[in-house]
Amino acid sequence: MIDVDQLRVRFGDNEVVKGVSFQVPAGDSFGIVGESGSGKSTVLRALSGLNNAWTGHIAINGEAVGPRRDRAFFRKVQMVFQDPYGSLHPRQTIDRILSEPLLVHGIGEIERRIERALAEVALPAAVRFRYPHQLSGGQRQRVAIARALIAEPEVLLLDEPTSALDVSVQAEILNLLADLREQRKLTYILVSHNLAVVAHLCPRVGVMIGGQMVEQLSADDLRGGHTRHPHTAELRSLSVGLEEVP
Amino acid sequence: MLVDIQNLRIAFETRTSVFEAVRGVSLNIGTEKLGIVGESGSGKSLTARALMRLLPTNARVTADRLTFDGVDILKADERAMLRIRGKRAGFILQDPKYSLNPVMTIGRQVTEAWRTHKGGGRKEAKEAAIDLLAQVRIREPRRVYDLYPHEVSGGMGQRIMIAMMLAPDPQLLIADEPTSALDATVQAEILRLMEDLVSQRGMGLLLISHDLPLVSHFCDRVAVMYAGRVVEELAAGDLSKAQHPYTRGLLNCLPSLIHPKPRLPVLNRDEAWLKS
Amino acid sequence: MSTAFSLQWLLTETPESRSQAAWGRRYRAWLALRSNPLAMIGLVIIVTFVVLSLAAPWLATHNPGAQDLANRLARPSAAHWFGTDELGRDLYSRILYGGRVTLGMVIAVVVLVAPLGLAIGCIAGYFGGVVDRVLMRVTDVFLAFPRLILALAFVAALKPGVESAVLAIALTAWPPYARLARAETMTVRNSDFIAACRLTGAPSGRIILRHVAPLCVPSLVVRITLDMSSIIITAASLGFLGMGAQPPSPEWGAMIATTKRFIFEQWWVPTIPGIAIFLASLAFNFLGDGLRDVLDPKQR
Repeated sequence: MIDVDQLRVRFGDNEVVKGVSFQVPAGDSFGIVGESGSGKSTVLRALSGLNNAWTGHIAINGEAVGPRRDRAFFRKVQMVFQDPYGSLHPRQTIDRILSEPLLVHGIGEIERRIERALAEVALPAAVRFRYPHQLSGGQRQRVAIARALIAEPEVLLLDEPTSALDVSVQAEILNLLADLREQRKLTYILVSHNLAVVAHLCPRVGVMIGGQMVEQLSADDLRGGHTRHPHTAELRSLSVGLEEVP
Repeated sequence: MLVDIQNLRIAFETRTSVFEAVRGVSLNIGTEKLGIVGESGSGKSLTARALMRLLPTNARVTADRLTFDGVDILKADERAMLRIRGKRAGFILQDPKYSLNPVMTIGRQVTEAWRTHKGGGRKEAKEAAIDLLAQVRIREPRRVYDLYPHEVSGGMGQRIMIAMMLAPDPQLLIADEPTSALDATVQAEILRLMEDLVSQRGMGLLLISHDLPLVSHFCDRVAVMYAGRVVEELAAGDLSKAQHPYTRGLLNCLPSLIHPKPRLPVLNRDEAWLKS
Repeated sequence: MSTAFSLQWLLTETPESRSQAAWGRRYRAWLALRSNPLAMIGLVIIVTFVVLSLAAPWLATHNPGAQDLANRLARPSAAHWFGTDELGRDLYSRILYGGRVTLGMVIAVVVLVAPLGLAIGCIAGYFGGVVDRVLMRVTDVFLAFPRLILALAFVAALKPGVESAVLAIALTAWPPYARLARAETMTVRNSDFIAACRLTGAPSGRIILRHVAPLCVPSLVVRITLDMSSIIITAASLGFLGMGAQPPSPEWGAMIATTKRFIFEQWWVPTIPGIAIFLASLAFNFLGDGLRDVLDPKQR
């Protein structure tokens, strides 16, 4: 489904992604973990088409895509951002935000689709004509997910979708994402610094440091401690250490 | 007792309504590490800010008792507050990016902090500042002294903030989400540093965070706040024996690396939690 | 009964349809504006001035061009409510007719300038790079000339008159708005919500028009209302130099300019149009400030 080969991204003289390769089969989800500056979000932005200063090979559904994407690409691939406070237009109602992708792609039945999209992410119909600042963080992230899904994409790129949320809301959003993937046979790429979140949602995990993907392993191997790279082991031990409640 | 809070209430008045954000919080802090945990809007930061009287002007604060080392915060004049703020209590905020002056070198900012409280000559203050930077385990304090805030990492910035707060030898360190903008590896280092400094210098620590497991690892006692009240207070070691359904819910809804859950339990908020 | 029902329909928290929500929003905006006394004062003054100007033929007591040299520089009286000017023309009637010219010019300038500045600023800010550099250098060139001199040159190249004055002022007034719109655009162009718009596959034009520009409008509105008085003054200066409204057509700025030498002896002659300009500028400022608050839904 998604095939990334030798992806390189540079900002000026600074190469922030140094030859990253991975594959994600259709209907699967792949997690990328790493610390800030590891290049994990840059990989996602290159995949999504937001950053077009990359070299290498990216293919979606066997079709190679270039730095410039056509409209059909954006129907297939969508993204959810980290900060639900920043990813919704502050002067637009939820109705307007959700209708925008439908208008751009010329998809009809706007009324019915918006109603269904809100129901799918378990938001009451009453939020439809509210502004983002009138909603809670969790509700906003649900709106962002609804917007990403309204044009029925096949791939969802998730950039730290729960790290700005409270843990109780995080649980709700993670459950929602798991359910949606099941129902819609979506393919996910999830970027996060939280190993537990990544392992919860993704059967396969890639670990990045300094622009390189130093290890790819299954979530079960990560849980069991069968790691090969010292950085993976370090991240794991920190995460496990915090988990053990005294 | 360093800090004594009895029945603290903080309300915000708007044109049309009154919203009570903190509804009767009682806490004691001695020479120990107390963690306050809660979700956004639980009133945990407001409680700490009320202690330093750093609340917005439309906040109405009432309490049966609100004292810092015997000083009544509700009645103290602005000069007494200045002596407490930054001198007897240090305040560390979430993101050092916004707390450091971007156009002043780090050395100058630390030196200023030192001289404001201790006085003394320029040379003496510089040596003291470098010593403080070394105390927060910055490897090359003399080099860092001449850098600007944008030239250092987030973890380094937080170390510098801690160094500045340590300058006047405070009795209490209040840290409001000090590591939530930092990476996991750096987070552990900063918390360990704070832990060591607090026990070496015999200070009190008030650590405010949304991360219950994290707090329980670095504090002696944990107070769990929900909707403006402390719903449970327990020794950090007894977290697994927590009684309140909210505390238990917070722990259960975390995804786990070692104990995978097919589906995360969701917190069902009970109306009764708002009352008790 | 019917009003109560419709108010309920407008103010419901759960609108049934998009149009009901939109009308509810407009009504709430109106309520917000109405609760701002300064904005309401501004609105009332502006509406009054516009109505008086439009109704000038019915309200005027004299022909604004009729000279009566025997009765020049007369004090306000029952016959001439505001007195007469240096050619014995009735000031009250000239103020009414002058409102048509002056307010017409100001509104025409704003209608031309605001979209132009907004478009150039948003395009420069959104695309950045070469587009930004070229557009901003052009803006700098316009900014570098003194406004009046440039306007004079434009009018001289065209033919003196109200239309060319409007065009000339518009051509010299847009650069600050472009700068402002660009600055606002730069602060939002890297935000996640604009990134999310790009990810819908929307073309750049649509993003600028529908998502970026609306965010620049409030600060632009305020800036323009602050500039109203200087637009009136520029128009007056052009008129004074014979490049704007041509005598004998009444225009507030020109009325002050031509009678300013009487300020000590017959003070009311230049003062009355001055008061008109002052009230109009102040009213636009008040309204603009109120509008900015209303345009930002977070304020409510």
